[in-house]
Amino acid sequence: MDAFSLLANGLLLALEPMNLLYALIGVTIGTAVGVLPGIGPALTVALLLPVTYQLGNPAGSLIMFAGIYYGGMYGGSTTSILLNTPGESASIVTALEGNKMARKGRGGPALATSAIGSFVAGLIATLGLAFIAPWVVKFALSLGPADYFALMVLAFVTVSAAFGDSALRGVTSLFIGLTIGLVGIDLQTGQARLTFGSLDLFDGVEVTTLAVALFAVGEALMVASKHYTAPEQIEPVRGSVWMTREDWSRSWKPWLRGTAIGFPIGAMPAGGAEVGTFLSYSVEKAMSKHPEEFGHGAIEGVAGPEAANNASAAGTLVPLLTLGLPTSATAAIMLAGFQQFGLQPGPLLFVNNADLVWSLIASLLVANFMLIVLNLPMIGIWVRLLAIPKPWLYAGILSFATLGTIGANPSAFELGMLLAFGLLGYGLRRYGYPIAPVVVGLILGPLAEQQLRRALAISQGDPAVLLSSPAAIVLYVIAAIAILLPIFLRMRGKASMLSQLGGDED
Amino acid sequence: MTGPGPDGGRPDKAALVIAAALAVLAGVVFWQTSIMPVTAQYARVGPTTVPYVVAAGLAALAVGTVVSAFRGGLPARERDDIGPILWIVGGLVAQLVLLKTAGFSIATGALFALTARGFGRGPIWKTFPIGVALAFAIFIVFARGLQLSLPAGPLENLLP
Repeated sequence: MDAFSLLANGLLLALEPMNLLYALIGVTIGTAVGVLPGIGPALTVALLLPVTYQLGNPAGSLIMFAGIYYGGMYGGSTTSILLNTPGESASIVTALEGNKMARKGRGGPALATSAIGSFVAGLIATLGLAFIAPWVVKFALSLGPADYFALMVLAFVTVSAAFGDSALRGVTSLFIGLTIGLVGIDLQTGQARLTFGSLDLFDGVEVTTLAVALFAVGEALMVASKHYTAPEQIEPVRGSVWMTREDWSRSWKPWLRGTAIGFPIGAMPAGGAEVGTFLSYSVEKAMSKHPEEFGHGAIEGVAGPEAANNASAAGTLVPLLTLGLPTSATAAIMLAGFQQFGLQPGPLLFVNNADLVWSLIASLLVANFMLIVLNLPMIGIWVRLLAIPKPWLYAGILSFATLGTIGANPSAFELGMLLAFGLLGYGLRRYGYPIAPVVVGLILGPLAEQQLRRALAISQGDPAVLLSSPAAIVLYVIAAIAILLPIFLRMRGKASMLSQLGGDED
Repeated sequence: MTGPGPDGGRPDKAALVIAAALAVLAGVVFWQTSIMPVTAQYARVGPTTVPYVVAAGLAALAVGTVVSAFRGGLPARERDDIGPILWIVGGLVAQLVLLKTAGFSIATGALFALTARGFGRGPIWKTFPIGVALAFAIFIVFARGLQLSLPAGPLENLLP
């Protein structure tokens, strides 16, 4: 079957009432957490893992997770525009022009261009995902363990070292994650590693606990420790949310360009959604007929990056679904979501669970239609979420977040780990270490080890096997460029651009 | 972000502490791996290979962090308030201690109240009941509605 009929088949499954319900729950929660500062899609998916495990509906749960991911991308822009505090890291650029527009009383059109741009980009990029995935799967089926290991090394490099203002700190975060990933029973020999004889550690560290600790607890501690800063100003949405004819004519090209930039960047193992948004912003600034408006509320500067942001979220699903390779924190936690149902994303998933994969992809199209309704006519509801005072917001976030850990394992030991990793998360933030590589290291580390040992078992321990295939060599060369290029740029004094690219989450 | 160190030539103390922590972590991973019993058939590429590589990586990062401490160190940072942090940590400890005996709602209510206090909202005798009520609602939805196993205490046992 070709991609089109597979997608049509998936669409029929996605339109089943139960799957529609899961998608609706997903996009609603996703928009809410995208709007709220201090809680993002990565954390939300993590704390829902134990709940969805109980429900025992893999397809529905994954549809919900993907809805949360997409919804978070939509919701984040609302916060950026009205509060000047990005709801999630991929919306940092939107704040630059979007908040300026809101201050000039053009908050409505800013919200509209970002929602419609997200919709256009989400639609095109999801179709892109559907048509590219079969090709990547065909290619992926020819890859051996050594190639997979090379792919994972590349993902490690791009997630930790390529972006952000310090490769040293990025790699340190990654190795902290890898170390945590070592804890527990070794899958191939059944031997306990780094458990210190404690039975509680035999199953390893729960993804939910680590994510809740690093994201929710770490963030709450960080914000609380600085709470004597000036109060934030919410810009009310004045006037119409509808765009004028001029707004439309200035928006549609940036939407398409943003999509064209965001999708490939998300699809390559090249880090999170932030990168595409920054690129799109600079492209729009360079191509604009009104460059003088940039910095004072140029609509192109909202339309392009928002489209790029959603397109790269869809792009991230290409390596996740076809290769089992997460390139962002949210994708890594979604991978853990697959694993808890005994599913392993990768080419074989398209063979063995074709219905599940295609209904997931098709439901993303459905989710996009739900999101445009949630984020344009119903925008007023989400704006009200922004008015929740910080004490209630963070007290509520911690109450909900610890629910995830307690639901996974209601023991004092697990909560003690939550506290310890929470302090770690605070320390990482305070000293400028990125969070995403820790999560990716925990989840991807054990998989990379598995592929490495498989490759070495085939070659009977000869490490030359790692460089024996052309695909692997190409991947290592790309990884080397990803390390060396930023060092080169830093020496040329472009460090500030790189540090902006380094995201925190998602 | 990467400015010069606190005062010119002196190394960034925080970076030295982080380097020491990384070195200790490398040592622990190395030591724990070295005492693992390994059967001969796995001698070449076994369960100990990757831990040794990770330990070596941590050690190298410790060295790198020491070097960076002398060369500008970590990004500039403001002085953090320790008070709010202690309130929130206290909240998490209270939840941990109370969870088994007092049940989910009371334990989480304590976390809620102490966190709100950390953000400057009080008094606790007012916020605690609000937190317990919220947690009780969460309990009903997730433990009864979605069959998530949450520890019950005197309050939860009142439910039919």
